[in-house]
Amino acid sequence: MDMNQYLDMFIEESKEHLQAINANLLLLENDPGNIAHVKEIFRSAHTLKGMSATMGFEDMASLTHEAENVLDLIRNDKLTINSDIMDVIFHSIDLIEGMVIDITEGGDGSADVSIPVKKLRAIVAGDFSVEQEIAATAAALEEAPSAEETAQQTQEYDLDDFALMVMEQSKELGNQSLWIKVTLNENCLLKAARAYMVFDQLESLGEVIKTKPTVEDIENERFEQSFEIAYVTMHPIEKIRSAILNISEIQDVMVEPIVVKAKVEEAPVVKEQAVSAPQKAQEAQPATARKTGAGGKTIRVDIDRLDILMNLFSELVIDRGRLEQLAREIGKSELQETVEHMSRISGDLQNIILTMRMVPVEQVFNRFPRMIRDLQKDLSKKVNLEIFGAETELDRTVIDEIGDPLNHLLRNSLDHGIESPAERKKAGKPEEGTIELRAFHSGNHVFIEVKDDGAGINKEKVLKKALERGIVTQAMADSMSDKQIHELLFAAGFSTADVISDISGRGVGLDVVKSKIESLGGSVGVDSVRGQGTTFLIQLPLTLSIISAMLVQVQNEKYAVPLSSIIETAVFKKDQIMMAHRQKVIDFRGRVVPLVSLQDIFQVPSSGNQSDDEVAVVIVRKGEKMAGLVVDSFIGQQEIVLKSFGKYLVNVFAISGATILGDGQVALIIDCNALIK
Amino acid sequence: MLDQKEIVSEVKVIVFRLKDEEYGVEVDQVKSIEKLEHITRVPRTPKFVKGVINLRGVVTPIIDLRNRFSLEDSEYSEATRIIIVAVGELEVGLIVDAANDVIDIPVNAIEPPPEVVGGVEAAYLRGVAKLDRRLLILLNLDKVLSTEEIKQLDAIEG
Repeated sequence: MDMNQYLDMFIEESKEHLQAINANLLLLENDPGNIAHVKEIFRSAHTLKGMSATMGFEDMASLTHEAENVLDLIRNDKLTINSDIMDVIFHSIDLIEGMVIDITEGGDGSADVSIPVKKLRAIVAGDFSVEQEIAATAAALEEAPSAEETAQQTQEYDLDDFALMVMEQSKELGNQSLWIKVTLNENCLLKAARAYMVFDQLESLGEVIKTKPTVEDIENERFEQSFEIAYVTMHPIEKIRSAILNISEIQDVMVEPIVVKAKVEEAPVVKEQAVSAPQKAQEAQPATARKTGAGGKTIRVDIDRLDILMNLFSELVIDRGRLEQLAREIGKSELQETVEHMSRISGDLQNIILTMRMVPVEQVFNRFPRMIRDLQKDLSKKVNLEIFGAETELDRTVIDEIGDPLNHLLRNSLDHGIESPAERKKAGKPEEGTIELRAFHSGNHVFIEVKDDGAGINKEKVLKKALERGIVTQAMADSMSDKQIHELLFAAGFSTADVISDISGRGVGLDVVKSKIESLGGSVGVDSVRGQGTTFLIQLPLTLSIISAMLVQVQNEKYAVPLSSIIETAVFKKDQIMMAHRQKVIDFRGRVVPLVSLQDIFQVPSSGNQSDDEVAVVIVRKGEKMAGLVVDSFIGQQEIVLKSFGKYLVNVFAISGATILGDGQVALIIDCNALIK
Repeated sequence: MLDQKEIVSEVKVIVFRLKDEEYGVEVDQVKSIEKLEHITRVPRTPKFVKGVINLRGVVTPIIDLRNRFSLEDSEYSEATRIIIVAVGELEVGLIVDAANDVIDIPVNAIEPPPEVVGGVEAAYLRGVAKLDRRLLILLNLDKVLSTEEIKQLDAIEG
């Protein structure tokens, strides 16, 4: 069977399950007694096994299979977790992650799993005999309702590994496994037909796993008076029995539950997986179906399709602008009403399309606890990562890009921020440091905060380094505010670690983080209190494609200023403009705000219009700082579609992109961050 | 045999005029030819970058070939055209005085460019084709559209 069409889905789901396993493993490590976590892990591992076997990734299937066995023991209280076991499981999960990545990149997902498999088996075998006994009694207890039938016949049913596995799995789903012996009347003529009817009945109530003799033999009447069936069902034994007895010419039916042993005999697993792969497709289904059932009704949509939808809608937004303009010009009320209505509807549509692309940051955050866990071992520091607001949603394209910068910031906090336990003790802090990772919405932005309670930024050290590297001059250094010194961390070519560690000092500094975030239309800032910790705050736009902007006129040219950076627009009299250090400034609500003439900065050719004695100013901000952009007039607020310049025009000063206006012309979008020094 | 060989080794080029010379670009590098329309100026870019246009929903940069080759300016006229070319990931419009012909030229008629032709440096040229009495200058678009100069300029200003 060609599995390619399922490959994407397989990869996506595998990643999700691995995430879930990792998350739960961490929870389990902190709370080893909690079987609920083990159950979650088991469920994910189980699905992974089914999926990988179906897809023919044998190494992955065999490894998950072994891991599942260990988990099963833990789940049933037959094995207590210790850190050795945890490490083996973590290691196995890492291996599986590697395989998934390999598969994603077009590989066949094969890897040498013999060592972890051996280890996992050793764990299982460690107290294998004891566990078997308990397994029997535990199972017996579970089957208590039908105690009469439970004659405790641990007879050998001659079941193969596959059948046993199916039974184990179905037990998961609350089904019971039965061994049914059907004896036909001695004078029964059409034995095969009767047998067929029995099977027909059984199939409607459950699933036949194995027959003795084989199905073929039964169909060809190659059996005596009786045949036996291994059967899985969720119905009570009585119902099954009566269902079979209703068929004529049945002499007797014996039904007894099969005690499923927790452990399958140690057979060469890999081979068996391969053979039974196709059947497992069916088993994997109930598990996934249940999952979607619990998580509400959702469908998976290819992100490319959403992108196409978004692009098409962008075209519509441009035409909408044009229609609005035309309707205004024509001035016919019916037309205007229709256009207004259409605008409203397309506005709603826009909201829906934008929210469709939103995914919780959880997807990115999920991988960090694991990373921190591993890192703190490497660095011999103690850190507790607390995550808040993981449900906060962001545009998918932003999510895809934000992982690496965040990773970098967290590693930075752990490596440079948090002190060693000894130092912390000395400073009167708890030995275990805390890193908070927090996401929240505010207006049209999402903020992500990385906060540690470490040593804070050592200003002297930062300044010294900046001077050494020639990033600042001594004169500049003397007059710098704390804030400015902190900002130096983001300067290109700056790295404060005395020793280059492979955690965060790998030659790339926070400047990479900064440029990445700025390329996403966001910004990053840092705040620090010596001895108390450091906070990095990332601001990100909710979406990257359609933004609200203020259109302004400068001579004959039109520019768009993103609304997100505008504080307000104002008109000043010319005599309100003051000079400070040869810089035009205005008094805006008690603050001195420098004025930037767009005409000068963009070298706009004069159209010969004589300016009057008032100036129109757009007050914009970048973080705490403000500036007033002097324009000729305000055109109005509009939703605009971001378009890139393409690859030819790169790094255009103070221009972040372009948009197409209603009249079909291109207007440039001003990058306010570049205009505020 | 000989005939066939000649057919195989022909290139189809779009012919355009710049000042007094005729130039050619390979037809598979040309996406379309447009009439001059409103160009939005992009501030602080090299002089030869005239700005950007809206080309059916795609913002496309436009460069003036006269400026690019440091030829003297001339007024745009009815005949002025924008040739949209695509080289690799770049898609750029070239302003030319006129574009009016598509011809096949045999590869063996192409000669390496002399140092300077019509005031254009050899680096921007792929060769010169002699056809009857016409002289056709073939452009090396990779070089013409090199972003090196834009980046250099950026570095100086920044």
